[in-house]
Amino acid sequence: MNKENTMLLKQLASHVLSDDLPRSRLLTVLLLAVLAYLLMAPFVLPGARSLNVAITICVFLVLVGSFDLLLGYSGMVSFAHAMFYGIGAYGVAIGLNKWGTTWSAIMLGTLAAMAVSTVLSVLMALISLRVKAIFYTMTTLAVASAFGALVMRLNSLTGGDDGRNFGVPEVLTPGFELFEDEVFGIVISGKVLTYYLVLVCAVLLFLLMLRIVNSRFGRVLEAIRENEFRADAIGYRTLYYKLAVNTVAALIATAAGVLMALWLRYVGPQTTVGFNVMLNILLMAVLGGLGTVYGAVLGVVVFTVAENYLQLLLQKISAATSGVPVVEHLLQPDRWLLWFGLVFVLAVYFFPTGIVGNLRERASRQS
Amino acid sequence: MSDKPQALQSLHGRWDDLAPMVLLLVIGVAVMPLIGSLPTWATLTVAGLAMGMMLFIMASGLTLVFGLMDVLNLGHAAFVAVGAYVAATLAGPLSSLLKSETGAHAILGMALVALGAMVATALLGWVFEHLFIRPVYGNHLKQILITIGAMIIIEQLVLAFWGAQQMMLPLPEALRGSLRIGEVGIERYRLVAVALGLVLYFGLRVIFNHTRIGLLIRAGVENRDMVEAMGYRIHRVFVAVFVAGAALAGLGGAMWGFYREQFTAAIGTDLLVQLLIIVVIGGLGSVRGCFFGALLLALTQNYVNYLIPDLALVSNIGVMVAVLLWRPQGLYAPGR
Repeated sequence: MNKENTMLLKQLASHVLSDDLPRSRLLTVLLLAVLAYLLMAPFVLPGARSLNVAITICVFLVLVGSFDLLLGYSGMVSFAHAMFYGIGAYGVAIGLNKWGTTWSAIMLGTLAAMAVSTVLSVLMALISLRVKAIFYTMTTLAVASAFGALVMRLNSLTGGDDGRNFGVPEVLTPGFELFEDEVFGIVISGKVLTYYLVLVCAVLLFLLMLRIVNSRFGRVLEAIRENEFRADAIGYRTLYYKLAVNTVAALIATAAGVLMALWLRYVGPQTTVGFNVMLNILLMAVLGGLGTVYGAVLGVVVFTVAENYLQLLLQKISAATSGVPVVEHLLQPDRWLLWFGLVFVLAVYFFPTGIVGNLRERASRQS
Repeated sequence: MSDKPQALQSLHGRWDDLAPMVLLLVIGVAVMPLIGSLPTWATLTVAGLAMGMMLFIMASGLTLVFGLMDVLNLGHAAFVAVGAYVAATLAGPLSSLLKSETGAHAILGMALVALGAMVATALLGWVFEHLFIRPVYGNHLKQILITIGAMIIIEQLVLAFWGAQQMMLPLPEALRGSLRIGEVGIERYRLVAVALGLVLYFGLRVIFNHTRIGLLIRAGVENRDMVEAMGYRIHRVFVAVFVAGAALAGLGGAMWGFYREQFTAAIGTDLLVQLLIIVVIGGLGSVRGCFFGALLLALTQNYVNYLIPDLALVSNIGVMVAVLLWRPQGLYAPGR
């Protein structure tokens, strides 16, 4: 009976995960731990800061996962992913500002953002993908930097450098209370509802990405990554596939932006379209493991934890080394990007398959 | 097109394809009535040419490295920043020369400063090639990731050593101010930049078309394997080109630093996108394309900025799209 139940559970999991199981016991445990943490975060760690960390993990695992569709599965380096994320966030913000704090405003803002993302991604791909793969990277970099400048410039719409705050439907505001009584020791406020809304959307989007990469479409993408010429020769129109994955990834990133904006009730250039966001996405994807959607989860978790503690650690070390001439400057907390860059380069050299890749290799060696 | 083989065309018909140059002239003439006043037009044009020359100096190394070894070095912009910072540091001890009233002394001072910047970035380029380029040779994906990481590291090291405050690199008094020709005023330093850019461009062309090393480089761009099969160690040529490209980026950085007079560590990364666009529209690996691409980009940027300021942000991308629609491989074919 018990055995039958586990079999059934396994089948169900396999179905939900599109037959792409973690394939490593340790990885399964880690993923379940992350899921459990995300599910219980508002009850176990209700502080504003820790909820922010949990939400960041939710949103970024979608964002990094969709970036992995490009980088890991199709072998295309895009620097415009943060731009699409920003389009989503600004779409919702502008929508809610223009049409009042209603659900239809959110829908309209999201749809408008999706439309902009689609047009931009198709245009960029059409310009660059036909010529040479490397042009794609350059085009995304150019477009993203121009978009960033545009956001700063359209002050009345975006709030410029300061960004802008906006209201959300009442159900999602911190003041709203679903029940009069506390549930498991916390008030179910609009903030908690928003948290679960974001979490559910993130999980659904994550499963959707698993579905995409394990479909026939995903296999063709991998074939293009491995050998584009051969994929072309077999008869696949590689341009269309690259165009499609480019747009799909852009749309999922836009959705991630929408989710983040709903939680923060604020958009600003530094947290959305900035180049630093793009670099974070890159490092998370590489750390977690390219070409595995699960890598996004671990990459995001490891990075978010490291980001929070690396700066603290640097503060401590730099206090200890103050007075030592050169070292002192290198270990300043402001210089954390330096260490970030070093970790990134070392990860690409010595850890090319990322966390998930390594765990899977180990598991397959043991069995 | 004649039916000569390609290699011969590049040797004999060196001026056969004048379309990009004509395009530049047409653009320059066409905007004159739109701008309306001759002095304004002349100022804009000279400023655009000066900017274009500096961009050309910075981008030429990038395009050669890409054409020769198929290596896209996103970290190239870091050399620009290091060049500017080294120049600002050297300007201190050399200030007596730089502040001198006589033009010759001031120019000698600037040349020394620029030379120092070039030596520093050349050394950096040599180290960079060993650390960041060699290990990921032949893998585009890793190249892009590693070089962007390297760019961050260098920019942060610059901040760590020089601090986050603004750097000052005042232009020598002797080069300040402008020459007056009738109603038209032209800033002296812009003329210096244009002259230096032209000298470098023709110098590079002479090296490419009339020396043995230039022949090797061009052959390497066209067909690397064949050059290797002939017994040349193309990698040594590549390292030399990489180091020279880094030195040129340093020179460009020093000149750009003098032009801006004050800057922060973002001076290089701010230009990265423009440099990449120039390499793309010039045609990967083409010095001539890089030259005309840089001028085209800088001139249109200046004109658009004056005529329709709202479009200034997208003018670069507009130029790139237009050029790629016209010539998908860039203005000139690789190696020419």
